[in-house]
Amino acid sequence: MLSYAIFSGITLGGMYALVAMGLTLQYGVSRIMNLAYGELVIVASFIAFVFMTSFGINPILGLLIIIPLSFVLNWAIYRILLTPLVARAKNRGMLEVDSILATFGLLFIVQGVLLVWFGGNYYSYDFMNNAVDVFGAVIAANRLVALGFAVVIGLGFYLILTRTRIGTALRAVAVDPTSARLVAIDVNFASCFAFALGGAVAAVGGVLVSMFLTFSTSMGVVFTMKALIVVIMGGVGNLLGALVAGLILGVAESLVATYIDPGLTIAVTYVIFLLVLLVKPSGLFGRATS
Amino acid sequence: MEISAKLRFATIAAATTALMSSATLFGANAQETYRIGYAVSKTGPGAPGAATSTIPNYEMWVKEVNDAGGLKVGDKQLPIEVVEYDDRSSSEEAVRAVERLINQDKVDFILSPWGTGINLAVAPILDRAGYAHLAGTAVTDKAPQLAKRWKNSYWLLGTGEQYAVEMAEFLKGLKDAGKINDKVAMIAVADGFGIELSKAGRAALEDRDFDLVYDKTYPLGSQDLATIVNDIKSLGADTFVAFSYPPGTLGLTEQSRVLGFNPKVFYAGVGTAFPLYKDRFGADAEGVVSLGGASENDPKIADYIKRHIAFAGREPDRWASIVNWASLQSLHQAIERAGSTDREAVNAELAKGGFDTILGTYKPGDQNFWQVGQWQDGKFVGVAPTSMEGAHELVFPKPAWKAAN
Amino acid sequence: MSILKPDFIKPVAIGAVIFAALAFLPSFADSYYMSLAISVVSFAVLATAWSMFSGPTRYISLATVVFFGIGAYTVAVLGEIMAFPLVLVCAGLAGTVVALLVGFSTLRLAGVYFVIFTFGLTELVRQVVSWYEVNVTREMGRYVFLDITQNDIYWQLLALFAVLLLTGFVLGRSRLGFALRIIGEDETVAKHCGIDVTRVKVALFVLSALFMTLTGAIIAPRWTYIDPVIAFNPMLSFQVVIMALLGGPRRLLGPLLGVIPLTLLFEVLTASFPNHFSILLGCVFMVIVYLLPGGVVGLYEKYRAPKKRTLSSSPETTRKSEEKTA
Repeated sequence: MLSYAIFSGITLGGMYALVAMGLTLQYGVSRIMNLAYGELVIVASFIAFVFMTSFGINPILGLLIIIPLSFVLNWAIYRILLTPLVARAKNRGMLEVDSILATFGLLFIVQGVLLVWFGGNYYSYDFMNNAVDVFGAVIAANRLVALGFAVVIGLGFYLILTRTRIGTALRAVAVDPTSARLVAIDVNFASCFAFALGGAVAAVGGVLVSMFLTFSTSMGVVFTMKALIVVIMGGVGNLLGALVAGLILGVAESLVATYIDPGLTIAVTYVIFLLVLLVKPSGLFGRATS
Repeated sequence: MEISAKLRFATIAAATTALMSSATLFGANAQETYRIGYAVSKTGPGAPGAATSTIPNYEMWVKEVNDAGGLKVGDKQLPIEVVEYDDRSSSEEAVRAVERLINQDKVDFILSPWGTGINLAVAPILDRAGYAHLAGTAVTDKAPQLAKRWKNSYWLLGTGEQYAVEMAEFLKGLKDAGKINDKVAMIAVADGFGIELSKAGRAALEDRDFDLVYDKTYPLGSQDLATIVNDIKSLGADTFVAFSYPPGTLGLTEQSRVLGFNPKVFYAGVGTAFPLYKDRFGADAEGVVSLGGASENDPKIADYIKRHIAFAGREPDRWASIVNWASLQSLHQAIERAGSTDREAVNAELAKGGFDTILGTYKPGDQNFWQVGQWQDGKFVGVAPTSMEGAHELVFPKPAWKAAN
Repeated sequence: MSILKPDFIKPVAIGAVIFAALAFLPSFADSYYMSLAISVVSFAVLATAWSMFSGPTRYISLATVVFFGIGAYTVAVLGEIMAFPLVLVCAGLAGTVVALLVGFSTLRLAGVYFVIFTFGLTELVRQVVSWYEVNVTREMGRYVFLDITQNDIYWQLLALFAVLLLTGFVLGRSRLGFALRIIGEDETVAKHCGIDVTRVKVALFVLSALFMTLTGAIIAPRWTYIDPVIAFNPMLSFQVVIMALLGGPRRLLGPLLGVIPLTLLFEVLTASFPNHFSILLGCVFMVIVYLLPGGVVGLYEKYRAPKKRTLSSSPETTRKSEEKTA
């Protein structure tokens, strides 16, 4: 029972991490506190749903279309909506407040459009729900796929950020955009790129999550909140941190459900999160002060 | 920012005045239509429920009435004009929207909002203004007291207790016949609905000598219930009861299927009777038990389902939708019988009952619908109360899950 | 404190007259306008109370609904056991205790961490209350049948708002208010002046929370049925922040300038476009962010006195100070 609890917790945590990693890129590098993040996740879920039910396209294959699509969409959002705010912001705090307000507006627009197209109903479809036996724990295949994506994206981006030139540039922008400019980094481009990349990761999360969760147009905010918690807990901008934080929350939920009371699963994530904030405000893997 | 501050200030000022004046524009106009109003949750957490059980029925009813030439009151036949609002799943918004319907739009009749909390929030206002309140999507143990408190209110889905007791009684029949053991695993969503039903269910099951081997709740919004299912699987219960909400209902079914947890009786909560459930699980829906049910062989119900599909592009759910439709038919007939839109006259007719609806001869508040239903051959049919006409034999034991394993 | 000076008496007298006049609103307005008025006044209290703390300290708190919900929930629990004024006292006490706990544990967090913390707190409180109700009282969803009319609620809220404004006004002229302004300008300087920064902040946080709690308690009897989801609806916190930021949280009457247009705007949008409310609301937000960076107060200041725009009065009302994130 313990092994099952831990393993199902890991798959659950993998999902949290997956959904959060895009936000950590968007917030960590581009400094956009994107409250419409969850809506972008849900949009991808709906696209996957339409692909699957109307065209019979398997969601994993659908990613080949959805990833570039959402990259472009997020690029456009940054260029059109957010660049003016970035340009006028005198400091980070001001940009944070402006981006919160602007993306809050975006949240409503996206939600409203989804509502007009899809209505308020629940959506769900059946894909890769066959059981897989992993070390004696039976897990749905789609959850394993999501976990796999989370690990690959987390480690992959971690390596890219730490080992490549563009990654170094992105990290430089994350640490200090003003100084990054001094060493000939195109800060605007880098921010825009990171934002679009974050959006693409969000879309991957949305597609994978739609394989096993029931979703509706009003559920985006649930993902935003989960993602925010994981991002802050793991340390803003740190993909590995997001992965670890997601896994910790998932395992904690699962253990509490098994050994204490399933009624406390959501409470425990907030307790852990608030404790981490109080003890180490910059997150598990955050820099001491920014 | 090139726009001058002056211009912007003027814009804001103009916008504010425009808003204020347009707010007063919604006055009454000459009576060329009958105005029927409703405020439902088009957005927010209540939206999926409203979009399933409430909104399509209201829209379909208005369309059918108008296509037939309108609402016939006395010898005047006028089309229905709808005034609709979105309460954004908030009690406060709902209260204000209903005040607006009554005082600003001066609508003739008001259809009920979606959900227990919001129906309760608007009930006193509707009562004070003398509007009939046919609450079609509220399950509350206080239903009898509420009906007494606000005399024109009807709590159509009844109390949580009745579903739980009917289910327990039904299980007792199976146990006495030696078909299932006395072990029951029960979970409930931590929300008014889940807690009322589990509380009543706990008492009813223990009274009937069942042994509750698992009795926990899960938080609203949680869909990852695999650990719960895994725990329950090893407890040897023949009966699994979940008083869940749609996302949890689907999650539980999914995870039971994956884990190969296949109890002899699998009872899942709200959402099981939704068409979504059948779409999602296909043949695996077979044998799943829940609250609600429809006499699908009854030509009236079959016809209603067919019209609903034609209108909304999907099937109605087999619980609240049916009751909602019966309440709309009742209101319609009450207005026609009263021969006027005088609310007191219509209220008096409603109280008399005897309407011809898809639930047969119906008086709002009657609990003459299925309390326990089961998916059988792609139809969600009624199995209890067994005394009711057209009760189906339970498919027992629940067939094995097909898709997984 | 200079209570008897004319610059004190005059605004208070004007305020008293306005509030006295507003108290007669129920004689003219039908119950729809009264419910709209309740909405305006309740948001006015919440946004002003929010700004009382967040204006000078520049902490963006999303915990408004924690306190509002505590107030509402206290009524749900005690409403039928005690006389209503006593319930209000209990609600106030509960709100104060929670605010003290939260204040002392969190005010060392800065910038966005505080924002997220306060948001997490909302969810945590909701989950804990749910769990307690489910497992201890086994009573989820409480019914409140109180004979409190809409007009009673309106008068109570109006009185609360009057007290709040008076408190804010007195505070602005007191030593505490002075200390706050220094903290708002520069926390390090404040510390060097010998101000106990933490204590001042906590005091303010508690005061602001008290008003939010009372608002929740006063408005709750309107809903008949209260459960944790209804009481702790996070949308409320966001709405309050937006209204206060639009109005301008650094002035006592600033938030009111955001509350009135936005409440009316929400109302007109809901009434006229029930199916496209979200889209339009989103567009309005965008417009506000792009065209009104300093809030209505900022606009007013810019418009009224473009020449007087010196360093210290620049309308950076929506700004959180850099030293917070640093």
